[in-house]
Amino acid sequence: MAINASRNDLASGGIFVALGAYFALEALRYEFGTPLRMGPGFMPVVLGSVLVALGIAIVLKGFRKPDEEAPPPVPWRGIALVLGTVVFFAATIRGLGFVPVVAISAFVTALASRNNNWLSAVIIAVGLCVLCLVVFVVGLGLLVPLVGPWLRF
Amino acid sequence: MDLIASLGLGFSVAFDPVNILYCFLGVLLGTLVGVLPGIGPTATIAMLLPITFTLPAETALIMLAGIYYGAQYGGSTTAILINLPGESSAAVTAIDGYQMARNGRAGPALAAAALGSFFAGSVATFLLAAFAPPLARAALNFGAPEYFSLIVLGLLVSIALAHGSILKALAMIVLGLLLGMVGQDIYTGTPRFTFGVRELFGGLNFVAVAVGVFGIAEILRNLEDETEREVGVKRVTNLWLTREDFRRIVGPVLRGTGLGSILGVLPGGGHILSSFASYSTEKRVSKNPREFGKGAIEGVAGPESANNAAAQTSFIPLLTLGIPAHPVMALMVGAFILQGITPGPNVINEQPALFWGVIASMWIGNLMLVILNLPLIGLWVKMLTIPYRVLFPAIVVFACIGTFSINQNIFDIYAIAFFGIVGYLLIRFGCEPAPLLLGFVLGPLLEEHLRRAMIISRGDPTIFVTRPISATLLALALAAILIAVLPNIRRKREEVFVEEG
Repeated sequence: MAINASRNDLASGGIFVALGAYFALEALRYEFGTPLRMGPGFMPVVLGSVLVALGIAIVLKGFRKPDEEAPPPVPWRGIALVLGTVVFFAATIRGLGFVPVVAISAFVTALASRNNNWLSAVIIAVGLCVLCLVVFVVGLGLLVPLVGPWLRF
Repeated sequence: MDLIASLGLGFSVAFDPVNILYCFLGVLLGTLVGVLPGIGPTATIAMLLPITFTLPAETALIMLAGIYYGAQYGGSTTAILINLPGESSAAVTAIDGYQMARNGRAGPALAAAALGSFFAGSVATFLLAAFAPPLARAALNFGAPEYFSLIVLGLLVSIALAHGSILKALAMIVLGLLLGMVGQDIYTGTPRFTFGVRELFGGLNFVAVAVGVFGIAEILRNLEDETEREVGVKRVTNLWLTREDFRRIVGPVLRGTGLGSILGVLPGGGHILSSFASYSTEKRVSKNPREFGKGAIEGVAGPESANNAAAQTSFIPLLTLGIPAHPVMALMVGAFILQGITPGPNVINEQPALFWGVIASMWIGNLMLVILNLPLIGLWVKMLTIPYRVLFPAIVVFACIGTFSINQNIFDIYAIAFFGIVGYLLIRFGCEPAPLLLGFVLGPLLEEHLRRAMIISRGDPTIFVTRPISATLLALALAAILIAVLPNIRRKREEVFVEEG
C-alpha cells in the first residue's frame, strides 16, 4: 500500500488516540469531583484527553512527511515464540512445576532465533535449567514445587 | 566536621563484609550487563529487584547502585572493542575508542576510559556527599505544590533530553502517568481501570511493566535483525598509558567530570547528554580537532569521565527529593518502597546508615571496578563472544522467574507479555520507552500532590504560581520545553542525536 505519510507516526498516533480514549471514557464513570476535592476521575479524564490530542497531533504530523527508511521485517516467529513462552510460563508454573516449565520455556524461546537449531536449543534448555535451579531454588530459596501436581501420579 | 563523622558511619556500613560482598556482586554484574549488548542495567535491576527483597535495605541498595555505575564502565569496553555501545551512554565512546582499537591501541583506550571513570566517579561521589544533606534540608520545607511543580519539571526536562520526536515523548509520558493510575484511588478507594481483576487493585506491578518494556520488547527488537557481531580485537595487550597519553587526558577528564557532575543532576537522561557535551567540548578546545573521529584519546577520556560522574550525581535528586532522574533511578524508588522506606528528604535523617553507607560504598565500588576492568579485561573480551542466541532465552526465563518470585503472582507474568508487545510496537513506531516508565513511577505522586495542593489552596490553582519555589520550578519547566521546541536549538539537538546513530 503506497501512502504518502509516515507509517510510524500514523500507527503510534493511532495507539495513543485509542488508549487515551479508553482511559478518558472509562474514567468518566468515576466521580469527577471539584477543583477543591478532585475525585478519582479527574486526573484520568484530563490526561486521557491530553493523550488523545497528542495522538491526533502525531497523526497530523505524519501526513507531512513519509518515513525515510523502510521498516525492518517483523520477527513474527520471535514474537509468537517469546510471548507464547511468557504466557505458557504463567499458565503452567503452578501446575507443572519449576523444572519442566523452565526447560520447556528455555527450549521454545531459544527456537525464536533463526541462529538456533534443535540441538543448540536442547543444550540451552538444560544449561538454563541447571543455572536457574542453582540461582533461584538453592541460592534464593524460591518456594515452588520442582515437579508440579499435574505430573504427580 | 559533620560530613566527616557521617562518612565515618557510612564507611563502617560499607566495610561490613556482607556489604562488601554485595557491592562486589553488584559491580561485577553491572560490568557484565554493561559489556553485553542487548541487555542493560534497567532490565537487570528490574529482574533483580525481587531478589533484593530478602536483603537488608542498605545491602540491597548498595548492590543495585553498583549494577548501575558498574554498567557505565562495562559499556565502554564494548564500545571500544566492537564499536557497539553496551550501554546507551557509551555511544560517544565508540567513535574514537573503536578507532584507537583498530590502530592497535585498544589497551590505552580502555585504560583511559577506566581511569577517567574512576577519577570522575570518586569526585562526583564526594559532591553527592557534600551537596545532598543541605538539599535534603531545603526539601523538607517543600509542600505539596512544590512537589507537584518539581515532578512536572522532571517530566518535561526528560522530554527535552529524549531522542527523536518531542510529541511522541510527551505522549509516552502521559501514557505512563495514566498507567500509574491503575488501581484503587488513594482518597476514595474507587477501583480504577481494573476490569474487575483483583490483582490490579494494588496497581500494575512496576517490575512487570519495566521487564516487559525494557526486557522483552528489547529482545523482540533484536530479533528483527539477527546478524551476529564480530569481535575485532581478540586479545588486549599493553594497558599502560604513555606519559604523553597522561598529559593528553588530564584536561578532558577534569572537564568531563565537571560537566557530568552538573548535567547528571538533571532529570531524564543527563548522563547520555553529558557524554555528548563532553565530546563536543573536547573537540572544540583541542589543538588538533581533526584527530577526533580517528582515534583521539581525548574523545574517550572526556565522555567516559562525564557519563560516570553523571551516573553518581544522578543519585542526588533521588536521595534528597525522592524524585528519580531516569528509569534506573525509578527502579531504585521501587527498591526503597519494597524495603518499606519512602525515598525523599527524610531518608538522610531517619536512615543515616543506609544513606551514608550507599554513598561510601560508591568509592569502594569504583575502586573495585578499576581492578575488575583493567587486569581482568581478558575475561570481558571472552564474554563478548557469548552469542545473543544463547543470551536472550536466559533473559526471558530469568524475567519470568524473577517477577513471579516477588509475590508469587501469576497475573504479573501475563502483564510482562502484555507490556512486552505494547512496548515493542511503540518502540518500532519510533517512541522511546524511557519516558513511559518515568511517567508510570511519577504518576501516583503527581496526582497525590496535585490533589493535596488543591485542598490546601481551597481549590485555587494559582497556588502553583504564587508560591516562589513552585513558581520558579514551573518557570524552569516551561523554559525546558521552549528550548526543546524552538527551531534553532532543536536542529542542533537533532544533529547531536544523529551523530550517535
